[in-house]
Amino acid sequence: MRGFEQQLEQFKSRGVQVVAISVDPPDVTREHCRKQGYTYTFLSDEKLDAIRRYDLLHHDGGPDGSDIARPGEFLIDSAGTIRWVNLTEDIRVRARPEKVVKLLDKLGRTAGGGA
Amino acid sequence: MKRRWNILLYAGFVLTLLAGFSYPLFFIRFPVTRDIPWVNWLLFGVALAVLSVGLWRAYRKPDLYRGKISGPILATLSVGIVAFFAYGVIWHSKEIPAAKAAPQVGQKAPDFTLPDTQGRAVTLSSLWGTSVAAPATGHANQWVLLIFYRAYW
Repeated sequence: MRGFEQQLEQFKSRGVQVVAISVDPPDVTREHCRKQGYTYTFLSDEKLDAIRRYDLLHHDGGPDGSDIARPGEFLIDSAGTIRWVNLTEDIRVRARPEKVVKLLDKLGRTAGGGA
Repeated sequence: MKRRWNILLYAGFVLTLLAGFSYPLFFIRFPVTRDIPWVNWLLFGVALAVLSVGLWRAYRKPDLYRGKISGPILATLSVGIVAFFAYGVIWHSKEIPAAKAAPQVGQKAPDFTLPDTQGRAVTLSSLWGTSVAAPATGHANQWVLLIFYRAYW
């Protein structure tokens, strides 16, 4: 998450909005963002609505046996079509922001160019 | 002759603790040391080597060094820590559902409405395609990168 904050300008200059989602309630997320200095969009999915729609429900995945999201990243274009999906098989191994930036370049979503 | 304190046994044990705890406390922050915890494996290797030399001294040179009792105890604890770490990074962190029915490339992204940190409702489909805030980008309509994460509680 820190990495995406550090690379945020790269995403902005490519016209890509970064949106993070978890089961944390808004106040927990707000406090976390304040502490960590995160400025992109964070949404709270306490009822597992979006998490279920994307089939990312990790039953009993939380520390107290609560249901949480398994990690997953989706790149969506301006028509709402999914252009790239990353579903890690290890919670420690996550999408690296610089690789996503490279992928955007490959998809023609370069900094300050294209349509 | 007074037998010497077998410092390598303790050094090896402390290094094992350091190798184990430095992963969640420090090395997990950087992708290069997180994805494959090579620094920690290296530290574990050095720690166990140091412990082995300590054990060797305790049993092969018992007239010079102490550690016949503390040695096996510290070695067992150390091996336990290594095993716990291995369990964590090799097996436990891969214990997640496969997400077989997750939307795929080319499909329409499932829509949803969720509150942001200020409690304002945000609808995903209202984000994609909207005019890009900074006109300097040259991209008229916005894309979205969705990142689902495990929460911070």
